[in-house]
Amino acid sequence: MSPHLRKTLVVAGHGMVGHRFVQAAVERGLTETYDLVVVGDEPRAAYDRVALTSFFEVGADELSFLPTGRYDDPRVRLVTGTEVEGFDPETQTVLLSGGEVIPYDELVLATGAAPFVPPIPGHDLDGCFVYRTIEDLEAIREAARTATVGAVIGGGLLGLEAANALAQLGLQTHVVEMAPRLMAVQVDDAGGATLTRHIEQLGLTVHTGAATERVLGEERVTGLALKDTGPIDAEIVVFSAGIRPRDKLARGAGLELAERGGVLVDERCRTSDEHVWAIGECAAPGGRMYGLVAPGYAMAEVVVDALLGGPGSFTGADMSTKLKLMGVDVASFGDAFAVTEGALELVFSDAVAGVYKKLVVSGDGRQLLGGILVGDASAYGVLRPMVASGIELPDNPEELILPTGRGAAGVGLPDEAQVCSCNDVTKAQIVAAAAAGTTTRAGSTCGSCKAQTKKIIEDYFVSQGKVVDTSLCEHFALTRQELFDVVAVHGYTRFDDIVEAHGTGRGCDVCKPAIASILATQLNGHVLEGGTRTLQDTNDAYLANIQRNGTYSVVPRIAGGEITPEGLIVIGEVAKEFDLYTKITGGQRIDLLGARMEQLPAIWRRLVDAGFESGHAYGKSLRTVKSCVGSTWCRYGVQDSTALAIELEHRYRGLRSPHKIKAGVSGCARECAEARSKDFGVIATEKGWNLYVAGNGGSSPVHARLLASDLDRETLIRYIDRFLMYYVRTADRLQRTAPWVESLAGGLDRVREVVVDDALGLGSELEAAMAKHVDTYFDEWKATLDDPEKLVRFVSFVNAPDTPDPNISFTTERGQVQPAESDGPVSLGSTIPVGAPR
Amino acid sequence: MTWGVPVCRLDQIEVEGGVAALVDGAAVAIFRTHDGNVYAMSNYDPWSKASVLARGILGTRGDIPFVASPMHKQAFDLRTGQCLDDAAVRVPTYDVRVTDGMVHVGGPRQENP
Repeated sequence: MSPHLRKTLVVAGHGMVGHRFVQAAVERGLTETYDLVVVGDEPRAAYDRVALTSFFEVGADELSFLPTGRYDDPRVRLVTGTEVEGFDPETQTVLLSGGEVIPYDELVLATGAAPFVPPIPGHDLDGCFVYRTIEDLEAIREAARTATVGAVIGGGLLGLEAANALAQLGLQTHVVEMAPRLMAVQVDDAGGATLTRHIEQLGLTVHTGAATERVLGEERVTGLALKDTGPIDAEIVVFSAGIRPRDKLARGAGLELAERGGVLVDERCRTSDEHVWAIGECAAPGGRMYGLVAPGYAMAEVVVDALLGGPGSFTGADMSTKLKLMGVDVASFGDAFAVTEGALELVFSDAVAGVYKKLVVSGDGRQLLGGILVGDASAYGVLRPMVASGIELPDNPEELILPTGRGAAGVGLPDEAQVCSCNDVTKAQIVAAAAAGTTTRAGSTCGSCKAQTKKIIEDYFVSQGKVVDTSLCEHFALTRQELFDVVAVHGYTRFDDIVEAHGTGRGCDVCKPAIASILATQLNGHVLEGGTRTLQDTNDAYLANIQRNGTYSVVPRIAGGEITPEGLIVIGEVAKEFDLYTKITGGQRIDLLGARMEQLPAIWRRLVDAGFESGHAYGKSLRTVKSCVGSTWCRYGVQDSTALAIELEHRYRGLRSPHKIKAGVSGCARECAEARSKDFGVIATEKGWNLYVAGNGGSSPVHARLLASDLDRETLIRYIDRFLMYYVRTADRLQRTAPWVESLAGGLDRVREVVVDDALGLGSELEAAMAKHVDTYFDEWKATLDDPEKLVRFVSFVNAPDTPDPNISFTTERGQVQPAESDGPVSLGSTIPVGAPR
Repeated sequence: MTWGVPVCRLDQIEVEGGVAALVDGAAVAIFRTHDGNVYAMSNYDPWSKASVLARGILGTRGDIPFVASPMHKQAFDLRTGQCLDDAAVRVPTYDVRVTDGMVHVGGPRQENP
């Protein structure tokens, strides 16, 4: 389609639903005909508002859906920090706060909702907040620095999230709820009482049936006056008493609104103007507003479908909820209050354990209609789909909620059961994706169905006769971690002993390098000694990285990227003498490529004599600790990042691990060393160092996440020691730190418990293991050069050690050598197709 | 006249290791397995088009002794040169004998293409 025939679609609002709309529009090809302009009033792109409470822990970047601040599709323009002032359905234009006027062919309103602040006296005093955006949380955090007591008005889902945030900030926290129980929309009185007990055990104070008459204070908040009871002191008040649709734009343009607010839309989510659509919390399909993200996502899909001429419609949504509030599971689904005629209730309650479970079943006991789970919602993943699909209940439905017995996991789901309500993914879709080797969006929004999704995928593979096991390979029915422990407990030093006692056959290219790595970690001996040579991958076996033509690369260690002019000259001389291709690596060192295997000892002799040592570029081990020039040179630097990087690289060099380890140290928050793309990254602060862990570049880039802040040097090193040893001991083979942390029950929190809080009491053991590594380190290339037995194997042919491999030949490109490819084996004496051996 | 070409002493090949030898101008990989057998095949890996198979890791798949190419890990049956990951690929093998501690390599086997 030529450009002038393209149409324009404006999206007003860039929250979760606006973002989903753009995603769906791009994925389904709507951008083939429309240019999208997305206008958001917040200063940043859309982020995960459902996970807002974790902002204090992980920061804004982690929550963002668009860390780059823009969409990959160039036909989508994102404008942030800008309000849509209004729109005119006659001229089909929108007016932005900056004065820009944009003509539209279609307009999608996705402005969301705003917190409702009851107009009680004092509601606008300093110290009053709402809880909706990252800016709200930043303001609350700032105010909390000087406060000791906070109160949240509203004990619903969001109110409890806000209360959790205040408690996390170290405030003594009150929850004030007008209804007789917490989460009145989702749970019944007994469930609410169980929830209250949990929350009070955490040190919060809950006031139910309590109406706030006024906020006390002159300029600043000093407390709340509650009806019927005495006042309570508070320096911070957060209003979380419900939300109201942000329907001002539609109101201004004269569109029809619902009676209780919200832009009235039909089942295609079209407003009373045919070119204007509304989705998410600002919309009221059939007059009803939906304050959850899943229905908003569904509406976004419906509008994309409608604009593509599809038949989709929005006819209501599953308002089921499952969440973890301050560590307490709460779930509510289907007809939770048994309003269906003839409905029966099955209740299990254990006040000691703090568990309350209720099932609502049909009068004949055959169908599950709904339920409430507090304290233990593990059955939710099975129960909620049973409601949606109408599957017949087993004979003893109470077993579904009893803590013992077969439990809910034994009940099979029908194919049409919706597993992920946020993204409307059914069991059948998950199975189809597993069969096709692809993935679905299940579990990607609130995460509550993750375990269920994983189970469905595992069950599928089992049903296909594939054994889902974590065995290392056909020779060992153990995971790498189990094998690590077995080797440590028995004190094995030889592969033969291990495979005879714990394995079958003679091993393979999977288990042999894994065991070699485990032995190297535990013994820290030379990787070519003690019969381990034949276990090593060729890179470790020749202490160099094999390249596509069978030659190797040589990478001397240049710790922290710091190198003297003399060092550079030596590397240059070596490269010239052996005619090697040179390139600067991403890890701030120099790669010398094209070395024949038999040349490696002579090359390293020169390098070792000049003071270089192995860079372990060939090993599953520490590669580099990248750094910037830090406070020594940089006018912005606040700490000496180069010195620290060199110290860390020297400390962890040679540590054999499940996969390579990369690190970085930046001297200030500008982060020039890109430390957050590393397995561990250190960023200087005014007060010390921030430690980030479990990031990586590569095919699935992951940002490292903050483990601890403002550490002094000693604490920093202690935490890194523990983190690395914990990883080396427990990760799977070839599992980098990011997926390893992901695989731990509890994820990063678990790592923090072990590394920072020392909850398992493992700290000193991990530190001792690292101290042993540091004490026993030696340069394995120097040790190889000193040992004629190790050098024996560095020959091209056992019977013609001075004859170069005729298969290796080179061409010249941009002044340096490059491998020339052969079409078949080249024999000495036959014609050599390209180039010439040198 | 002795059989084949003497290339090295048996003790120059590690158990579950390999060496490359030059036999009539061609690169041949010679392997020694844990059960005491010695095998020889072309050193040329048809997947990566590099002469590297002698540097692979030896192991077993079920009862089959194999070498995994050090480049991309394709496995080859030490006895026949058959690639275990692709029925259409086979590496030429050589007759090999050990006499008085010396390894001798004969010509390429007849069934080789």
